[in-house]
Amino acid sequence: MDVQGAYNAANHFLLKYLGISLFKALIVVVIALLHVAYITYVERKVIGRMQQRLGPNRVGPRGLLQPIADVLKLITKEDIIPSSVDSRWVFIIAPFISLVAGATSLAVLPIWEHFVVTNVNASLLVVLAMSSLSSFGVILAGWASNSRYSFLGGLRAGAQVVSYEIAMALSLVGVMMLAGSMNLVEIVKAQIASPFKIYAIPQIIGFFVFMIAAIAETNRTPFDLPEAETELVAGYFVEYSGIRFALFYLAEYFGMVVMSMLAVVCFLGGWYGPFDIPGIPMFWFLLKLYFLIFFYIWVRATLPRYRYDQLMGLGWKVLIPLSLLNIVITGFIKILV
Amino acid sequence: MEISLSLKYIPILITALIVFVIGLAMVIINQVLGPKRPYSEKYLAYECGLPPTGETRHRFDIKFYAIAILFAVFDVEAVFLYPWAITFDQIGFFAYIEMVVFIALLLVAYFYAWIRGGFQWD
Repeated sequence: MDVQGAYNAANHFLLKYLGISLFKALIVVVIALLHVAYITYVERKVIGRMQQRLGPNRVGPRGLLQPIADVLKLITKEDIIPSSVDSRWVFIIAPFISLVAGATSLAVLPIWEHFVVTNVNASLLVVLAMSSLSSFGVILAGWASNSRYSFLGGLRAGAQVVSYEIAMALSLVGVMMLAGSMNLVEIVKAQIASPFKIYAIPQIIGFFVFMIAAIAETNRTPFDLPEAETELVAGYFVEYSGIRFALFYLAEYFGMVVMSMLAVVCFLGGWYGPFDIPGIPMFWFLLKLYFLIFFYIWVRATLPRYRYDQLMGLGWKVLIPLSLLNIVITGFIKILV
Repeated sequence: MEISLSLKYIPILITALIVFVIGLAMVIINQVLGPKRPYSEKYLAYECGLPPTGETRHRFDIKFYAIAILFAVFDVEAVFLYPWAITFDQIGFFAYIEMVVFIALLLVAYFYAWIRGGFQWD
């Protein structure tokens, strides 16, 4: 083949690759968006039942159209940017930082062996990096709003997310040691080849630390101090209204989905299950994912909010030493076996 | 043809762009559909319905800075642990002892911060 022909072939190949990636990414994002919309519905319904209420039941049969009604409501609201806002650009960009950083991890999380937008060899690192980036949006929103509640909420969010991120980063070291890889697909395969099939058993301490840190990272009850509505009204997004508020809301739920997916991939054996379901290769993955999301909601309905000193105490005095201990123990057992 | 390593990261960027565009579209639709009935009170910062008073940028606790510095220390530690964890099978017992020593050294700093009240928030 001549040089021009090879060049054209490479170009064609590249375009095809980018097109397929775009298509895959679009599918994943849209499906995740639908999930996020209906998680808000399921959350209200489940918490309603747990509190002996009915939950949303007016819009559509059993309230099933409630998320759509919510979006329509928010999208037709007036877009208010307070005149006291410090920097309009930061105020406008902050929710986008939260949302994009929260949802981009979806690109590397494998839903099935052959269904991941891109199978990079440091995918775990990408997820961790994105989850730390999303806190920037929160802090910037709190700062740019130039309101007392936002400021306090932003500060709290910063300190909290930073503290629990260490615990989360360290709790995953055990998984990396066992799998010998940072590629999430490889981690799932190594897990199935291991004697316990899932890492949640040998890494029980890591799993425990990870789940608590994941709840704290996504600012969910009982760690929702940054948006504690009884003292800070809404915390960092108190000045946001209409669809800009919805962007933060979406970011939080995307974060929840991403963290649950990461937990399924790293600790619960990914897409593998006790037996194969013909035709639906993602069945077990989704089942585990839904259970973990239910777990988030369950925790929210059950536990009261922590005090701030308890929150920081739990992060620094319990979770970080526990995850360090987990690393030392895992290494010791690997040396022995 | 095989996809080169750096090209494999492009779809992450594509995903980020898609999410950004979805968010932007929502904001633009909101601008078009939303009503605009401005009056000056509406644009005040929220302070329980009263006109906001005083300065919003108060001084805040030094502990937030301390936490940020401690975070830098521990996060760098985590970054050091990652390559060690991945190559754990190949580097064996000696590296394990080295890492235990490293963690022990870090724990000295950790307990120092603890004793000096770095984690005390009441």
